[in-house]
Amino acid sequence: MIALRDVSTANPAPGCATAPVLRERGQREVFCGLTGIIWLHRKIQDAFFLVVGSRTCAHLIQSAAGVMIFAEPRFATAIIGERDLAGLADANEELDRVVGQLLSRRPEIKLLFLVGSCPSEVIKLDLSRAAARLSRTYAPQVRVLNYSGSGIETTFTQGEDACLAALVPELPPLAADAPRSLLVVGALADVVEDQLQRAFDELGVGPVRFFPPRRAADLPAVGPGTRMLLAQPFLADTARALEERGARRLPAPFPLGAEGTAAWLGAAATEWGIGAERLAAVTFPRSERACRGLARYRSELAGKRVFLFPDSQLEIPIARFLARELGMVLTEVGTPYLHREHLAQELALLPNDVVLSEGQDVERQLDRCRAANPDLVVCGLGLANPLEAEGYTTKWSIELVFTPIQGFEQAADLAELFARPLVRRARLVA
Amino acid sequence: MQLTVWTYEGPPHVGAMRIATAMEGVHYVLHAPQGDTYADLLFTMIERRGKRPPVTYTTFQARDLGGDTAALFKNAVAQAYERFEPQAMLVGASCTAELIQDDPAGLAAALALPIPVVPLELPSYQRKENWGAAETFYQLVRAMAGPTAPPRGTARARGPRPRCNLLGPTALGFRHRDDAAEIGSLLCSLGIDVNVTAPLGATPADLARLGEADFNVVLYPEIAGLAAQWLQRTFGQPAVKTVPLGYGATCEFIAEVAALAGVDAAPVLARNRSRQPWYAKSVDSTYLTGKRVFVFGDATHAIAAARIAARELGFTVVGLGTYSREHARDVREAAALYGVDALVTDDYLEVEARVAELAPELVLGTQMERHIAKRLCIPCAVISAPVHVQDFPARYSPQMGFEGANVLFDTWVHPLMMGLEEHLVTMFRGDFEFHGEAAPSHLGAAATPARVEEAPAAAPTAETDSSPPVAAATSGPAAWAPEAEKELAKIPFFVRGKARRNTERFAKERAVALITLDTLYDAKAHFGR
Repeated sequence: MIALRDVSTANPAPGCATAPVLRERGQREVFCGLTGIIWLHRKIQDAFFLVVGSRTCAHLIQSAAGVMIFAEPRFATAIIGERDLAGLADANEELDRVVGQLLSRRPEIKLLFLVGSCPSEVIKLDLSRAAARLSRTYAPQVRVLNYSGSGIETTFTQGEDACLAALVPELPPLAADAPRSLLVVGALADVVEDQLQRAFDELGVGPVRFFPPRRAADLPAVGPGTRMLLAQPFLADTARALEERGARRLPAPFPLGAEGTAAWLGAAATEWGIGAERLAAVTFPRSERACRGLARYRSELAGKRVFLFPDSQLEIPIARFLARELGMVLTEVGTPYLHREHLAQELALLPNDVVLSEGQDVERQLDRCRAANPDLVVCGLGLANPLEAEGYTTKWSIELVFTPIQGFEQAADLAELFARPLVRRARLVA
Repeated sequence: MQLTVWTYEGPPHVGAMRIATAMEGVHYVLHAPQGDTYADLLFTMIERRGKRPPVTYTTFQARDLGGDTAALFKNAVAQAYERFEPQAMLVGASCTAELIQDDPAGLAAALALPIPVVPLELPSYQRKENWGAAETFYQLVRAMAGPTAPPRGTARARGPRPRCNLLGPTALGFRHRDDAAEIGSLLCSLGIDVNVTAPLGATPADLARLGEADFNVVLYPEIAGLAAQWLQRTFGQPAVKTVPLGYGATCEFIAEVAALAGVDAAPVLARNRSRQPWYAKSVDSTYLTGKRVFVFGDATHAIAAARIAARELGFTVVGLGTYSREHARDVREAAALYGVDALVTDDYLEVEARVAELAPELVLGTQMERHIAKRLCIPCAVISAPVHVQDFPARYSPQMGFEGANVLFDTWVHPLMMGLEEHLVTMFRGDFEFHGEAAPSHLGAAATPARVEEAPAAAPTAETDSSPPVAAATSGPAAWAPEAEKELAKIPFFVRGKARRNTERFAKERAVALITLDTLYDAKAHFGR
């Protein structure tokens, strides 16, 4: 059983908040922001994502998706050809033509994102002007927005941040005198949203809206009455854009694990002035059930040494969960980008001797990983099989992005993701 | 600009990676932004390689663009040389780096490394993966074997035993690993030594020895054709033209190779144990006769598959196409043999529309066509790249040579309803087990499609999207009278789609607004089985 410590969100203890961070600059073995399209297009069910990029971009999304799951998905690439490079005027005309072709094929599209890529950024194809132009052409049936998922500007999950930040100006204003409302920011699986909604209802926190919404027409309103809880740790630009619209962020750890979820809900409860008793009545039974689920994985994972390569920016909350709720020993926790403000509550909870690294030089990090000789390596798909072949046990980090892991009910599922590779290795005796 | 949903080929630098990864002792430094490292997982996940591809990416960012990306590249080359100590290096740019024009060739040359450094110019906005692989292999072969080239006009000296090179197998190739082994052992049984197999498993030093062989066997012209032409010009090595895909082509390949090597092919031909010709002749295969098949893939595999389908299995080729524009002419010539128009396109949606229109009984295609076929509930076998993790089976499973012919027979025939089973379904249409909705027994109950002709997209929900299926998007067909609809349901599901389409076409051509029982049977009489 895990004793849940009191996590004060208002006054984080030092933890490793001031610990030095190893900043690395070199080859990065991570996806670019385009990859976010894979989950965003499933989340916003009537949006279409048109990447304006090269054949590499199309190939990346296709390969990162693993298999072609969706017969005709709601994403595509407008592949830039040689002629488009010759003149930008022509490139804009070509883009208009491709968008026309797409919209006539898919009349059900209500929201179209033009997604910038490395090549479109380098040739300075202005997609915001293109989006404005196309919005005028197709209004009111289709709204056209743009953001950049380019690898020169975004790392993996930052693509979601850029996409949501592009949606913020579209949110309707919340009347200045409207009652206080909660906005949960960051894509979550529908099942997780529903669970969290029930918890908020029981707490008496509300009204609650989720962003991004499941339908493009269902955008939540935002204004000075908006309080936001970030559900994902990679939403720097989105949070800033919402703050500019008057929303106020409630500082909290992220809803990963029983402890994180309790503290995350607690931050909203505090803001709503909900008493400790009520909060305990709602969170304790859930937390207790989550801890029961975690107990068996704790016995398998406690004391095991884990090394996290940078991937999704989920690494720090995950490391906190692994260390505090499962008793794992952190060797190195890498993150592509460390947002100290949003992660302040998380950093405070990490053991104060943890090695944090930001950015990547993959060869040097592999050297450190081998030197640390961990029991489990959390890494991307490009590294996993080679490390397995060297004798390490690995967990693919991309699964942490594609699987529902937030909230009380998923705490044990999250633990199982880390236990499975070790169990598997133990079973395969040969 | 081209609207693309799925792409058959990656960019040309991925082709270069396939060469570098196939080889030993080669390292590729790619000037590329963050994100391009996705290509590593093609090799580590799809092909399940236990080693990372030997590629260093410079990973430049937006903030570097105003500064010194050239220095970043230079450092990456120097560090990669120091860390990996390769025998030869490839340097080049991905699509984004091509735009910033940092001159990887000049920067690498300035380092004066003590190994051959081969610069690659792969125009990302014009060319694709296979072209990139061919160009990379050619440049490497030229760089390594060039210094050993004899003066022009030097006659080739023959060794005691004939020797050839086996060219074309790469990393991430469709069954390249097993094809190289199968053809290697076939050559060995003919008494021909394999001098070098490349790029798969070769080192730069091996490439330097290519000129020692008497001739070249080109397994995949898309990849090794260019290098073989250069070797022919430079060393006077002829290249074998026949690709040994299928029983007939394998026999022709043996004859061609034996003639070049001056060996007797008869013993090898006589003792081959391919079961494919007998299996095709056996009575159980009668049901294969005239099965309408649609073929799509890279040029080499598509042309070979059409030939095997028509001449070795007795199918009818109703469509033939390729995404290899570079080899479009060969595919057009092949298509003419079967009286069909070649479909030369890399637009997945166009292929899908063609398959829907032709309603074949079997699709021989790539992983893309497998998805199309799944959506349309048509049996499918995969014959060509682009590849999927399933295309790297644990077992030995070549496509080429006599064993390859066996593998092709099994792979193409198994998705179809078994011979006897098909007869039973026809005989016992109303039977509770052999009814028209029944799926092939070996596919299990779960494979039973729900009302195939009504909902081509009604596969398991995870496989479908909210978009309307292509078939339903076509303009309104004639209405069906209830009794005609009922009769249609009695037709076994695997021909029902065709029966429906034929009847609707028949009705449309005759401006029949309501399809009755008579219309159904009039159409059947008109089109035949």
